[in-house]
Amino acid sequence: MKSRIPLVLLACGSFNPITNMHMRLFELARDHLHQTGRYQVIEGIISPVSDNYGKKGLVSARHRIAMAQRALETSDWIRVDPWESEQEKWTETVKVLRHHYNDLLSSLQFRKELTRNSWPIERATEDFFSSLDPVSPELKLLCGADILKTFSTPNLWKEEHIKEIVEKFGLVCISRAGSDPVQYISESNLLTRFQHNIHLVTEWIQNEISATHVRHALRKGLSVKYLIPDSVISYIKHNHIYTEESERV
Amino acid sequence: MENPEKRTEVVLLACGSFNPVTNMHLRLFELAKDYLHETGKYKVIKGIISPVGDAYQKKSLISASHRVTMAKLATESSDWVEVDDWESNQNEWVETLKVLRYHHQKLASSTPANSLQSTVPLVKPGRKRKREANRHIPIKKNQLSPETKSVPQLKLLCGSDILESFGIPNLWKLEDITEILANHGLVCITRAGNSAQKFIYESDMLWQHKNNIHLVEEWITNDISSTKIRRALRRGQSIRYLVPDAVRAYIEKHNLYSLESEDRNAGVKLAPLQKYARGCKQEQTQ
Repeated sequence: MKSRIPLVLLACGSFNPITNMHMRLFELARDHLHQTGRYQVIEGIISPVSDNYGKKGLVSARHRIAMAQRALETSDWIRVDPWESEQEKWTETVKVLRHHYNDLLSSLQFRKELTRNSWPIERATEDFFSSLDPVSPELKLLCGADILKTFSTPNLWKEEHIKEIVEKFGLVCISRAGSDPVQYISESNLLTRFQHNIHLVTEWIQNEISATHVRHALRKGLSVKYLIPDSVISYIKHNHIYTEESERV
Repeated sequence: MENPEKRTEVVLLACGSFNPVTNMHLRLFELAKDYLHETGKYKVIKGIISPVGDAYQKKSLISASHRVTMAKLATESSDWVEVDDWESNQNEWVETLKVLRYHHQKLASSTPANSLQSTVPLVKPGRKRKREANRHIPIKKNQLSPETKSVPQLKLLCGSDILESFGIPNLWKLEDITEILANHGLVCITRAGNSAQKFIYESDMLWQHKNNIHLVEEWITNDISSTKIRRALRRGQSIRYLVPDAVRAYIEKHNLYSLESEDRNAGVKLAPLQKYARGCKQEQTQ
């Protein structure tokens, strides 16, 4: 039986704040990848950008991490990782990918060794572990399909970074029904070359909860219930963020 | 200076299959409440989800008891939206207008109101029941003040698809629509750029009551239809973050939606279509 490739999904972004749509992207990506029969999604990672990204209205990373943690309390496979937000300078996406990939490799290696050493290996388990070796895990960048469009924006991405992202890691791009991400791929030689490593997933159930809109609603005292988790709403209230006053600074 | 006490109290009623209830349904309430509040004229005090009874015979409709339970799970975290199972407990299908009348009556009898103060004009004169109910209520202290509490307005909350369904032959009785709009009113959540305004413009009847049709624009495209949820479930796909987690867990536990459940009532005519088509036939033979 051909074993599935263990796969981790990584999403970078402001998560300012995290919304139900962000988490939905993970669910969609996982379903899609599982249905290909080739992958076993073992983890999802949310990596909020650091404060010195300098985006307008970005609340402190401490809050964005805390909100993501609350939002993900009910998920048994997605977690938030503070590494990127703790870096002193803004970290390019490819570097975040590299960091988490190294983490992934060493943790899998560690787990293998731990299991091997902790109890006598039976024949079947030995086979299992030996079958694991040729299948190295993959880490893919989870994003909206509009990221593909930004690849062609001058000076936004380094060409060699794009290449490393699509060649070494891969993309899982979620797009809404009716849009045409294939077009973005065909418009770029680089993307076309590695299109086998760009997984396009269509979101048929439109649920475009933009964080911008959520912040706008919060500033005006309008309800965001059912757009973001209740636990995040109470965190926001309790910490007085995204208010008219706090946003004015 | 606006006096908050002068705001008309409103209760929002949403009728529908809720098969299952989704985050979109729940969002409708939040949007409507914010909208009405921002007009400065209204204060929404309650929201009611009224799932339709099984006798509606819509395709893929699963049993009312499940739908009611899921709606209750969904509204547990809400401090103002609740579920009412009166409609779902009736043996025959109940017209939306009758559900409105029932809930209006319920509100009226629980409000220590002076019937003269009531802001809701009733089409049918001599509604004995309401006046009798008032007589039995002891005079409370606040009734002695000039600001006597009046019966809250009960408005039908819906998406623009309901508004536009007014045009489907034999789905609604014309006099029912008229009474809904005249005595209660509609709060209709529409997608930005939707055709609801045009639809109202093109209908003389709707135009006449346009002041009682509140169109609320929803800027976040939220297309979480129950149909799509059921489809995803049949295909083993995740519905997390589209419905409240308690609803998702309940569906999973009871394995509610399948190929079989989707085929329920296949080929069966919808209750109102049956009822009103029959009525039309009778008129023709007279």
